Amino acid sequence: MYETIHYEVRDRVAWLTLNRPDKLNAFTEQMNKEITKALKQAANDENVRCLVITGAGRAFCSGEDLGGVTEEMDHGEVLRTRYAPMMKALYHFEKPVVAAVNGVAAGAGMSLALACDFRLVSEKASFVEAFIHVGLIPDAGNLYYLPRLVGHAKALELAVLGEKISAQKATELGLATAVIPKQSWEEEVQRFAGRLANMPTKAIGLIKRYLRESWHCTFEDYLEKEAYGQRIAGLTEDHREGIRAFFEKRSPSFQGK
Amino acid sequence: MAEFANIRTHIDENIAVIELHRPDVLNALNRKMVTEIVTAMEIYDRDEQVRVIVLTGSGRAFAAGADIDEMANDDSITLELLNQFAEWDRLALIKKPTIAAVHGFALGGGFELALSCDLLFAADTAEFGFPEVNIGVMPGAGGTQRLTKLIGKTKALEWLWTGERMSAKEAYELGIVNRVIAPELLYEETMRFAKKLAKQPPLSVRLIKEAVNKAVDYSLYEGMQFERKNFYLLFSSEDQKEGMAAFIEKRKPRFQGR
Repeated sequence: MYETIHYEVRDRVAWLTLNRPDKLNAFTEQMNKEITKALKQAANDENVRCLVITGAGRAFCSGEDLGGVTEEMDHGEVLRTRYAPMMKALYHFEKPVVAAVNGVAAGAGMSLALACDFRLVSEKASFVEAFIHVGLIPDAGNLYYLPRLVGHAKALELAVLGEKISAQKATELGLATAVIPKQSWEEEVQRFAGRLANMPTKAIGLIKRYLRESWHCTFEDYLEKEAYGQRIAGLTEDHREGIRAFFEKRSPSFQGK
Repeated sequence: MAEFANIRTHIDENIAVIELHRPDVLNALNRKMVTEIVTAMEIYDRDEQVRVIVLTGSGRAFAAGADIDEMANDDSITLELLNQFAEWDRLALIKKPTIAAVHGFALGGGFELALSCDLLFAADTAEFGFPEVNIGVMPGAGGTQRLTKLIGKTKALEWLWTGERMSAKEAYELGIVNRVIAPELLYEETMRFAKKLAKQPPLSVRLIKEAVNKAVDYSLYEGMQFERKNFYLLFSSEDQKEGMAAFIEKRKPRFQGR
């Protein structure tokens, strides 16, 4: 049902693979739409408790397919109609999302990785704020996420200078959750995703929700929101299971409910 | 309580809950449903047990608009003779406090219904809007009037002309929504507030509602005359005696609604 991506669910993990390897998984309109659709599918699928976004072939995603860029193109409209729905769906996705950055993540491809909760980075992968090299600004939420991840000064440096960021450098900057050697790549990504998929999914979603909120409200408002969040978490089956397991001195078995 | 097909009702302590219940069509409002809502509201308005009325939707939405199929082939004279929206006037006559708890879509007639309640609590996933313009009509059950009185002419025109959807946050910033609440807690928090409101002296609550509603229509002078008379009127109530006595005696008042 998808042509530009591959989507499948295995062991409670949804794998969304950008699948235009001959174009380094560059975005097209169709791909933006298919990703948005797959995000909604994963969000609504109760069996899915973790989402992994990765790329087929050498690259993670090289950003917008410049083959489609014309002089008449209204860049603002492209963002509004193609990228904004995708980035909003990801922003509101209440399950853990891992970017498995298998290769280069450039331009909007980097933005996609920044919007995920975790970035597992292959040792041969890199990030590139490519926009400045064609006289554009980082888009698809890039400048929103970047300072929240690396701080304002570093964000400005990366966005303006547009230098290639190696996996090692990404770790130092706090962009990477972990750098993974080539030979154990698949195994370690699977293990990490599997770990997340067995955690209290609702609580993770609430952590995401209230961390996000914390950027947009006063401390007093935040405390009220936090009380909502904890009330919701306190009503989950996973919370009850966690407490039971604690008293029974065993590992909890979370169901994501 | 009368038998209803399109709504479900229950009473929790002294809160009456009316739930729009056509979940397979996102609670689209048909004529029958509006009649049932108005009827239930009026019954609860007269029911001495009930202090506050909460209106909510079952399933994924509050109400995603009017039932278009029902009216697509109507002509003006049919609508005039049916007096299609006359029942909505009766909603404005409800004396008890009404609270809309909105999750999901509140579009067209659904938005009008939410706006006809005194307070509006919204899940942060709620979306409001008047899409009527997109199908060649306009709001007919108070939308242009209530929205304009709430948010002013320039903003109202923009929303009504474009038919675009308004997020809960936008509605909050415009002063349409009282509170934006996590969707999981919308009902619980609405009921918590309703129960708190139900403890206030009912006659004061009722006359405050009347006076505030007059502020929308009256000049300041007329409004103040109206307010004053209501203030004087409350001095005939037992609750005023009790409230003031309790204050002087430094104890909690016990209000009877008389």
